Amino acid sequence: MSDLAATPARPRAVALRLGHDPLALAGAIVVAAVMIVALLAPAIAPFPQDAGAAVHPLDALLPPSHAHLFGTDEVGRDIFSRVVYGARTSLRISLEVLAIAALVGIPLGAIAGYAGGLIDDAIMRITDVFLAFPALLLALALAFVLGPSVGNAAIAISITWWPWYTRLIRAQASTVASSGYVASARALGVSHARILLRHVLPNSVAPALVQLSLDFGGVILTAAALSYLGLGAQDPTPEWGLMVSQGQSLFTTNWWAVTFPGAAILLTAVGFNLLGDGLRTILDPRQALRDRGT
Amino acid sequence: MIEARDLTVAFGGTVVARVPELEIRPGTIVGLAGESGSGKSMTALAVLGLTRHLGATLTGSVQLDGEELTGLSERRLRHIRGRRIALILQSPRAALNPTLRLSAFARRALVLHGVPRREADARLRSVADSVLLAPDVLERFPHQVSGGEAQRFAIALALALGAEYVLADEPTSALDVTVQAEVIALLRRVRDEHGVGMLLISHDLAVIDNLAEQTIVMRAGDVVESGDTKTVLGSPSDPYTQELLAAVPTIAEGP
Repeated sequence: MSDLAATPARPRAVALRLGHDPLALAGAIVVAAVMIVALLAPAIAPFPQDAGAAVHPLDALLPPSHAHLFGTDEVGRDIFSRVVYGARTSLRISLEVLAIAALVGIPLGAIAGYAGGLIDDAIMRITDVFLAFPALLLALALAFVLGPSVGNAAIAISITWWPWYTRLIRAQASTVASSGYVASARALGVSHARILLRHVLPNSVAPALVQLSLDFGGVILTAAALSYLGLGAQDPTPEWGLMVSQGQSLFTTNWWAVTFPGAAILLTAVGFNLLGDGLRTILDPRQALRDRGT
Repeated sequence: MIEARDLTVAFGGTVVARVPELEIRPGTIVGLAGESGSGKSMTALAVLGLTRHLGATLTGSVQLDGEELTGLSERRLRHIRGRRIALILQSPRAALNPTLRLSAFARRALVLHGVPRREADARLRSVADSVLLAPDVLERFPHQVSGGEAQRFAIALALALGAEYVLADEPTSALDVTVQAEVIALLRRVRDEHGVGMLLISHDLAVIDNLAEQTIVMRAGDVVESGDTKTVLGSPSDPYTQELLAAVPTIAEGP
């Protein structure tokens, strides 16, 4: 059994199996669409300059029309263009947060699990400190201290995010550390550093990869929440959470200002979650079964 | 020659293995018998200084051709592990990294011990050939090979690294009977053709009787009997050895 689970999954096989899971496929399509929109934003957005500080007083708060698919905001910027560019902001924050969290959290977890003893205790108590606070609250406090901006929001969220990866990897790494192949590597005279890099990491990283795909949606939501509360992106940055916050007071009279950015957040977060769930079922079937309580 | 004196492995205050004397000469096999938990594996790990990784303390002396190994730095020991003294583990497939092809695993081990990358593959292939391991097996992942193939590979790797001594911890226990016989034949060839000195750990007295010149019997961490295999297994003086021998199933001779 363990032999099967440890078999490295091939990207093509994963893609094939995703095709058989309608929800995961839907998620993959949404994620792909968001990525394409982000990449091709200048070509897709009809008014690219509206993603910045443009002001068109005469066009303020126009309802959705052929010229402005999602209407315009209170300074007359095309909301469709801003939502399109917002995909860039959201993906950028997610990539930054997850890259930092993975680069910090995964090595620390591998070290803790492999080394055990005092090193393990030290690393895990540090993660406990971070995990003791509700993540959003901690991110809010950090973003407040660092000063509101997209970059600082990413840093603040990263700081709350890495300990989860450390925990996840540590459990796996400590199992691998007591495995036969680590014992045989040691008996072959392989150093600790090499054992960590070549044997422990590759064999304990799979659950973290699945978690990364699941976390994309979560980070997008958290970043939107920070921006919504005024501690993330600032005007004129096109950011969905910020747009919702700016548009919410107008909801009763100008519903489009808040609805479209909100829908973008919802769709993207759901898309990433569906894709992540699908990937987990494929890459870690036993965990998926456990979660379903079977 | 590997020479151990008063080798003692302890966890906290609990002694798990105490071997007053162990000598492994090139081209000979020393059998180490005993039930699970008798300290057999600990003795092998202690020779390589690997007990410290389990949190155990090691006292006594281990000499390799006159060089004292206990107390050597981890760095110095790493040059001896694998290259001069190889350890072969009980479950051969679990001893292989599931994410690496056998050839990649071997190449890394060879390069680590100073074999030029170009030479590594050629050397592995020629050794694999001599242990009757098909070349395509080397390109498989661990879950795609049989236990016997994995054990042959472990032996081939030890030979490719030029190991002078092999500590084989239950090398045949996880294998089925026909494969066991193949591996035993292979170990005998490794001793005879390559002049490798071997510590053969097994709870199977038939295997030890078959291969070892000298035999040590351990129980609950202590050596209860040692000497020539013929004497130890032929006319055991210790009741425990007699008990172990009585537990070996025998097949009645045919008419």
